[in-house]
Amino acid sequence: MVAVRPAQASDLPAISALDARLTGTCKPEYWRERLAPGLHFLVAETGKGAFAGFIAGEVRAWEFGQPPAGWVFAIQIDPKLRLKGAGSALFEALVARFKAEGVTRVRTLVDRKDHLILSFFRAQGMVAGPSLQLDKELP
Amino acid sequence: MKLQTATRLGLYATLELARDPAQTLSSADLADRFGVSTHHLAKVLRTLSTAGLVQAERGASGGYRFTGNRRRITLMDVVALFEPVPGNRAKEPGEDTEIGGALQRVLTEIDEIAEATLRSVSLETMLTKG
Repeated sequence: MVAVRPAQASDLPAISALDARLTGTCKPEYWRERLAPGLHFLVAETGKGAFAGFIAGEVRAWEFGQPPAGWVFAIQIDPKLRLKGAGSALFEALVARFKAEGVTRVRTLVDRKDHLILSFFRAQGMVAGPSLQLDKELP
Repeated sequence: MKLQTATRLGLYATLELARDPAQTLSSADLADRFGVSTHHLAKVLRTLSTAGLVQAERGASGGYRFTGNRRRITLMDVVALFEPVPGNRAKEPGEDTEIGGALQRVLTEIDEIAEATLRSVSLETMLTKG
């Protein structure tokens, strides 16, 4: 059984540590900023109250010329607690908040070599969107 | 993206059998369902069986049964049995030239996107999200 609730300042060390462990990048300030009002930042806990993971997102309008949509900026689940529904519970809770804000579309950006997270979003029913991300290294 | 006939049949058969792992279907049943050649499908089923995705059942109600893990097996796992794995290919003539190299970078980009898509869609996702 997984419970989802809004993230609090006291969750930041666990969030930051899990993200640093999984991405190799420590960015506590970024996570602190995600607590700002108007953004959605949720954590999942196991039935025993253990921190299982988090999701961060917000509704943004007219990004890249697109009408308002909910953007998922990050989702991380403790590898020991995966496949127990925490990721799906977080995604569903975030989507419910997006819908409450009146949007009908959810978006994200995923590293195309990260098949694990790609599979996760596919399993949530997400498919390739209308945009292609382009990139260039600046000299 | 155009798949070879064997690949398409492999995906049809795998998905149809994975829809209900308890069911056993013969190559004729499957060929009927998709309106394709039984002979061609029988060959494809042997490849799927060797790969451990399906298992041949003997007897009067013989046929094939899905034996894989729907959540773990992706479209790429089936495609890779019949098509060259993207990125794993022999060098083409002219690739060492400036134009050949530039063309190859575009083709590699397309391959990577195709591979990411096929690797991210599990049989479970196909069967539940349609």
